[in-house]
Amino acid sequence: MKMKRASKIYTALIMIFLFAPIAILLVFSFNEAKSLSVFTGFSLKWYRELFRDSETLRAVLNTLLLAVSASLISTVMGTAAAVGINKLRNKVLRSTLDSVTNIPMINPDIITGISLMLMFVFVGRLFGAATSLSFWTMLISHITFCLPYVILQVLPKLQQMDQALPEAAMDLGCTPLRAFFKAELPEIMPGVVTGLIMAFTMSLDDFVISYFTAGNGFQTLPIRIYSMTKKTVTPKMYALATIIFFVILSLLLLSNFYDEEAMNKRRQKKKSKEK
Amino acid sequence: MNDKTRRLIQRLTLTPYSVWAVLFIVVPLLFVAYYAFTDQNFRFTFDNISRFFTATSVVDNGETTREVHTYLVIFMRSLKLAVISTAVCLLMGYPLAYIMARASERTQSVLLTLIMIPMWMNFLIRTYAWMTILQDTGILNGFLSALHLGRIHIIGTESAVVIGMVYDYFPYMVLPIYSIMAKLDVKLLEAASDLGCPGLSVLRRVIWPLSIPGVLSGITMVLIPSISTFYISQKLGNGKFFLIGDAIEGQYTANNLHFAAAIAFILMVILLVCMALMQKLANRRLVAA
Repeated sequence: MKMKRASKIYTALIMIFLFAPIAILLVFSFNEAKSLSVFTGFSLKWYRELFRDSETLRAVLNTLLLAVSASLISTVMGTAAAVGINKLRNKVLRSTLDSVTNIPMINPDIITGISLMLMFVFVGRLFGAATSLSFWTMLISHITFCLPYVILQVLPKLQQMDQALPEAAMDLGCTPLRAFFKAELPEIMPGVVTGLIMAFTMSLDDFVISYFTAGNGFQTLPIRIYSMTKKTVTPKMYALATIIFFVILSLLLLSNFYDEEAMNKRRQKKKSKEK
Repeated sequence: MNDKTRRLIQRLTLTPYSVWAVLFIVVPLLFVAYYAFTDQNFRFTFDNISRFFTATSVVDNGETTREVHTYLVIFMRSLKLAVISTAVCLLMGYPLAYIMARASERTQSVLLTLIMIPMWMNFLIRTYAWMTILQDTGILNGFLSALHLGRIHIIGTESAVVIGMVYDYFPYMVLPIYSIMAKLDVKLLEAASDLGCPGLSVLRRVIWPLSIPGVLSGITMVLIPSISTFYISQKLGNGKFFLIGDAIEGQYTANNLHFAAAIAFILMVILLVCMALMQKLANRRLVAA
């Protein structure tokens, strides 16, 4: 019993460590003064200022645009790749492909970013362009670091699936494409969705690789935060952090709620079947 | 399905990714090597690599001055801080993972969500939060002086950088260890204690060896980002503590792409060697067990 109490205290201490900094940001985003240590009074001043900051708002839109495109493209390409890898019989090719897929996940972000930047700059120079970095180089980079996560989510689902399923569909007269969409895809859908969500959040959150591959004209939110925190400190950043925190929190709660709902439905279905 | 269609499907599904992986994963890494071994005019040279090992600078600490190897010192400092942060994460995270794995299902999912929430916030914001706490005029010092405990100067020290690294990468240590421990067979632990193994020995002889794969992946997931970071050291180290990531970023901003590539290349080689060694060690332990 004593042991249990100790573990409760320990867990609580770790949670304080994890959430105290976030709580402080939340509180000081409502501070009237610019001070970071003295709370002088409640005010929404910094929120007002944030919503007047067109550059930050622009960056939010850019981030969403990039994350949606990168996650959709990498999910389609990654799912197709997983289907191909799953059918691959050549062992050498398979293990080579597996190791290459692992590279972006193991390599430090700074090396992935530098390596892509060097190539873009070199190729850009070949074509005589002064600046080759743009939205497109960022999109390519984001797709590249998202792909392994999609593949690693989809591949296990394919391996769990009955391998005869698509063959059976085709024997019954489906074209290969139809067999994939009708028989295979529903089986691996959970993996595809998890892969898509992971790719989306990885892309939203990435700073290091974006930093090295971003053009001057295209700014994402993490890059905007970086340049905001480079100069003088303003509580506008706290307001932004607070909004991000609540968006994340509500998304997490929503997905938890959705999961529970789905489980309840499944339970009810089972019950009605039993009757 | 005949062989011809099978081969066609395979080609259609695999080709786009294979081409992409070669173009945007393999070729860029070759470019790192290419830039590392060439000069401004793309003529072959060892200068960038040798500069990393031989460049010196003068350190002035008030009374005495001494010459040090600039980049070797930076690298050793990065390694030191990353190893300390990883060790702290492991010491803090291992008990938590254990507690989580033994908790009820409901508590487990709540704790899991709680640990993941900070992870979903951008690490720039998380680091920045610590900067506001640790500053000389920050909350920590405000708190301490309100209690008449005096002030401490921590921002700009190595400790502040370690705190930032631990805070940013802590979840990456807990989650892999937890996922291994949650799968551990409870019967195994019961069997050990039924056979007379005292509590602490169960931990040392049963739980710890079985959790090693999780520990190893936790170590790599914390060590690699913390050895290569540059934002944390800029914000919490006050720019004084140059880490290897700062060196790469600094050369990049100064447009010395060839030297930046050389540092990145050396870092990559060292990490590869470390990881191969760790894998070998893990394999040997598994065989021994």
